[in-house]
Amino acid sequence: MWDYLKLVLLGLIALVAAIAANYGRDLAYQVHAVIVMLVSGGLFLWTLRHTEEPKPKPDPQLNYMDGVVRAGVVATALWGVTGFLVGVWIAFQLAFPALNFEWLQGYGNFGRLRPLHTSAVIFAFGGNALIATSFYVVQRTSAARLWGGNLAWFVFWGYQLFIVLAATGYLLGATQSKEYAEPEWYVDLWLTLVWVAYLAVFLGTIIKRKEPHIYVANWFYLSFIVTIAMLHIVNNLSIPVSIFGSKSVQVFAGVQDAMTQWWYGHNAVGFFLTAGFLGMMYYFVPKQAERPVFSYKLSIIHFWALIFLYIWAGPHHLHYTALPDWASTLGMVFSIILWMPSWGGMINGLMTLSGAWDKLRTDPIIRMMVISIGFYGMSTFEGPMMSIRAVNSLSHYTDWTIGHVHSGALGWNGMITFGALYFLTPKLWNRERLYSLSLVNWHFWLATIGIILYAASMWVTGIMEGLMWREVDANGFLVNSFADTVAAKFPMYVVRATGGLLYLTGALIMCYNLWMTVRRSPAKAEASAMAPAE
Amino acid sequence: MAKKPEKPNEPETTGHSWDGIEEYNNPLPRWWLWTFYATIVWGVIYTIAYPAWPLVNRATAGIMGFSTRAEVARDIQTFADANAAIEAKLAAADLATVAADPELQSFARNAGAAVFKTNCSQCHGSGAAGAKGYPNLLDDDWLWGGDIESIAFTVRHGVRNETGDSRFSQMPAFGEILSEEEIAQAAAYVQKLSGQDHDAALAATGETVFIDNCSACHTEAGTGDRAQGAPNLTDAIWLYGGDHATLIESITKARFGVMPAWGQRLSDAEVNAVAAYVHQLGGGE
Repeated sequence: MWDYLKLVLLGLIALVAAIAANYGRDLAYQVHAVIVMLVSGGLFLWTLRHTEEPKPKPDPQLNYMDGVVRAGVVATALWGVTGFLVGVWIAFQLAFPALNFEWLQGYGNFGRLRPLHTSAVIFAFGGNALIATSFYVVQRTSAARLWGGNLAWFVFWGYQLFIVLAATGYLLGATQSKEYAEPEWYVDLWLTLVWVAYLAVFLGTIIKRKEPHIYVANWFYLSFIVTIAMLHIVNNLSIPVSIFGSKSVQVFAGVQDAMTQWWYGHNAVGFFLTAGFLGMMYYFVPKQAERPVFSYKLSIIHFWALIFLYIWAGPHHLHYTALPDWASTLGMVFSIILWMPSWGGMINGLMTLSGAWDKLRTDPIIRMMVISIGFYGMSTFEGPMMSIRAVNSLSHYTDWTIGHVHSGALGWNGMITFGALYFLTPKLWNRERLYSLSLVNWHFWLATIGIILYAASMWVTGIMEGLMWREVDANGFLVNSFADTVAAKFPMYVVRATGGLLYLTGALIMCYNLWMTVRRSPAKAEASAMAPAE
Repeated sequence: MAKKPEKPNEPETTGHSWDGIEEYNNPLPRWWLWTFYATIVWGVIYTIAYPAWPLVNRATAGIMGFSTRAEVARDIQTFADANAAIEAKLAAADLATVAADPELQSFARNAGAAVFKTNCSQCHGSGAAGAKGYPNLLDDDWLWGGDIESIAFTVRHGVRNETGDSRFSQMPAFGEILSEEEIAQAAAYVQKLSGQDHDAALAATGETVFIDNCSACHTEAGTGDRAQGAPNLTDAIWLYGGDHATLIESITKARFGVMPAWGQRLSDAEVNAVAAYVHQLGGGE
């Protein structure tokens, strides 16, 4: 019965997509309609061939659902390398504008590739890492198989489709022009559907858990999933110009639109890149260190403080704009009060290692996690500092912001994800150990030096251009033209691109290492059984 | 719930274990807690001092009387007051005599440089060396005149824009008038005029084409006419390019370079300042 329903639904979607492709008013919309038509058509055929086959029923008591986590690990590694590659390329485009080749105009120039890079690393790499690890962690810490059967697979593949639609849309020029929320209306609707399914799987698993208490990592994952749903829906409220076109019009205008955008943008950082990844940290650091979490009290206090305060800090992105002064003050004050709640996670992560510091010498994965927490601490200090109006008047619109984002993204999000991937791969593919620890070491050093080159060069250019922009002579006349500041930044742009190249090289080494772990490492003697509830 | 430690020096745990992970029952670090409290206290004080809390009709203004807009306006006013006297003098000055007053000239040069960097460098380059289609302002080749008054006029009214006083001229697109062969001949003749290597046979016939069609504006000698903004074709300075192919393109489609009327956006003092700045760059007459 279920199969027939699916056939009807998939057939309908393929038909509607074909009609939409025919009537589509712009190239991006047409390409997307064709993609949707092909995907649903393919699924239709697949379902047709397997209709009424007897399906093997897994014993839900006996094992975790790890197939979808394995797929997530592969997707994370692949999207990560793609996102880093595009990042390195556009960094070179900034240093050498001639790389915006004439034949690339309209598809491969900086303006089209930049959102491709940011979305690939945040949503494709980071998002897949969060979905995969949350599925892994929630099962282990709840001693329960994922709720909803194949719904978890829908979440995984639905999310990949979202990424493909978003990425092709950017290249073909379909964008809302809202930073980190560029996908157009129908892609947003699709993501909403996928996200609600994600929430259902995660919450369903927590509800049927066999542990009496919910582990702290799951609080963070849950707050991330719920808040992202809210942010995504509110910031993407828009009206399509035509049902057969990609363009839509925002329902907010002017400073209200800007405030909604940065309420979204800042909390995408707060909940996607901070809360979600703290969930990752709270599971993988104690597991890898084999030590108890430092303080339960700290985790509960910093969790509630963090999620209460983060949501108010958005206005600090709009200092000295049309935003009223009072909103700007509040954004700054909440950002500074946020400093300690952010650091609570750093303390809990680092202090968990007390008594196991010797592992830093022998275990490069622990080293990766420690430097990741270090960068987390640094970025969450730098952020409140940059939110201070006086500092912001120098730092805003400069490369300092880009350096800040990357020390957080490359240092904290990237490194903790690499640590998690190194932890997960042998476990998920049932291998005794990683293929090579010395390659992990190489990855660690390449990535660390890469981040340092990146952050340091952006501090230098950021502060330099901030000072050059505001420089006036004795009569109050501007001293530098904008082009002067661009020219002055050239050497640092080359250093930045080189840092990115090192980071990309490290990630490629990781992919090789993980691949060889699956292919070559000896299998573990017995398969891991489900953890007993305690 | 709390579980006593197995080893004597270890803190107690909360008693739960998730997939083997336990949690110590450690208290909050004191320095962390006190710093957190300190930021909250600071936050309360700061929001009293500065505009912060939204009320029904407006937000609290803060007891410091702070406003970002007022701050910017004050900064601007400080300089405006300081410069008021000399700016008035510059706005009313006879431009030809600015150079004779060292104080006025120095002010005009600095002010003009700032005006240029903000408004002119996008087309003419931050060093004023120009680009294809945008004249180089460093040399002594001028389309509409290089004395300070002419420069000020060009800045104030612009070139080929829709304001009434704009400098205006229009070269015909000779692709609609001459044959391709005649255009190639004229192009070769222009190459000859400017002393470049050229096809002698083409240039010989091109002379007639040039005299018949081009000399009205560019003069028979090809030295151009500033009254019409017609470029001098006998030197090595080219706005769009002096090679055979580019000359053919220029003759066939003509050119129509536009410059805004900056008098609509800049004050008289600013126009005079930027004219003085451009005039002293090297080519001023």
